[in-house]
Amino acid sequence: MFVTAAYAQQSTTTEGAEAHDAPAAGEVHTETGVAHEGEHGSGVFPPFDSNHFASQLLWLAITFGLFYLLMSKVIIPRIGGILEKRHDRIAQDLDEATRLKGEADAAIASYEQELANAKAKGHSIADTAREEAKSKANADRAAVEAELAKKITAAEARIAEIKSKALADVGAIAEETATAVVKQLIGGNVTKTEIAAAVKASADN
Amino acid sequence: MSNDPTHQFLINKIVPIEIGGIDFSFTNASLFMVATVGAAAGFLYLTTSQRGVIPTRMQSVSELSYEFIASMLREGAGSHGMKFFPMVFSLFMFILTANLLGMFPYFFTVTSQIIVTFALAVFVIGTVLLYGFYKHGLGFLKLFVPHGVPGALLPLVVSIEVISFLSRPISLSVRLFANMLAGHITLKVFAGFVASLSAFGALGVGGAILPLIMTVALTGLEFLVAFLQAYVFAVLTCMYLNDAVHPGSH
Repeated sequence: MFVTAAYAQQSTTTEGAEAHDAPAAGEVHTETGVAHEGEHGSGVFPPFDSNHFASQLLWLAITFGLFYLLMSKVIIPRIGGILEKRHDRIAQDLDEATRLKGEADAAIASYEQELANAKAKGHSIADTAREEAKSKANADRAAVEAELAKKITAAEARIAEIKSKALADVGAIAEETATAVVKQLIGGNVTKTEIAAAVKASADN
Repeated sequence: MSNDPTHQFLINKIVPIEIGGIDFSFTNASLFMVATVGAAAGFLYLTTSQRGVIPTRMQSVSELSYEFIASMLREGAGSHGMKFFPMVFSLFMFILTANLLGMFPYFFTVTSQIIVTFALAVFVIGTVLLYGFYKHGLGFLKLFVPHGVPGALLPLVVSIEVISFLSRPISLSVRLFANMLAGHITLKVFAGFVASLSAFGALGVGGAILPLIMTVALTGLEFLVAFLQAYVFAVLTCMYLNDAVHPGSH
């Protein structure tokens, strides 16, 4: 009954609103006055109308109860899970960053170690090379000197040989000359042995 | 549409249901309760369905409301109060969504019904009482006996404390109800001025600009009130729950 009354009144007001053209304000006010009585029925201010309290309470209990269940069983664990996951992820990322920094530091240290090693090695290689070059140069010089010494010895030997040979020839020439001189001077023959002895004696002098 | 500012609070039956002579009809109020639950739960459910470690904007909104209520409850009732988090979160989201839905023209405002806000307030106070007596037994009554009060003043102070406790469900429910009701009526009245003044021709239309500005400004204010009242309800819930968790700590 109540619904139909309200409905009827509403449709009337709607028609009235549609039809309104000129003296709107006054008419609207009268309409609202009518609507007021029709709709409120008992004349109660709508939010205080106790006729609907039971229905309101029932549906509030149903809808809010359902909402509470949804929140506590689905939504809150889910958002809580998301936040916790993010928190864990950030902590994990920080750990990872610390670990990577440690690795980078270790890498830098080992790099520097390697560098120092390489420098030391480079120095030692240079030293060795220098030593080798030096010793080789020494060896070469020694070989050349030995060779020169050998050549000098050979040359000296040859000179000595030539000298002795020349000296020997001098004896023979002296004998011949002496023979010829003796022949010219005294015209006699002198034995070869005598000549040789004489030459030898003069040469020894 | 009627120009009656209270017309928007009328309840119409959509599906009449009557059990044992009591009217349990599915009304427009019930419909908007369902819509509130659907909108709030749907938003929270859909925006968090990605479970992204890097949140989208909408997911951030859900997470922010979660953290907002969580920090509010932790500050209000301490870490022991966190077991009431689903309750406070549900209350806040329900009231906020109902208030905001009520801002749409032609929509019904669930929280403008005194019985609804009173039921929510009784739910809060009932939880406080049940948990308080369950956890602390009669020690919960220490709530009404503040420390360091001279013996002579004790009866007076205790009676004041009891009265203030008993008035909590009323103040909690009336605050929310009255704010929503008054805001919507004011909006409707000013908007009604615009409609009736503009019927007077050019002069009327010119005169209607002022109430139009008021209507726009009030709409902004009402959005603020919609959020603020949900916030106030949640904060007070946290404070009352604190009494249940730590009675006699004040």
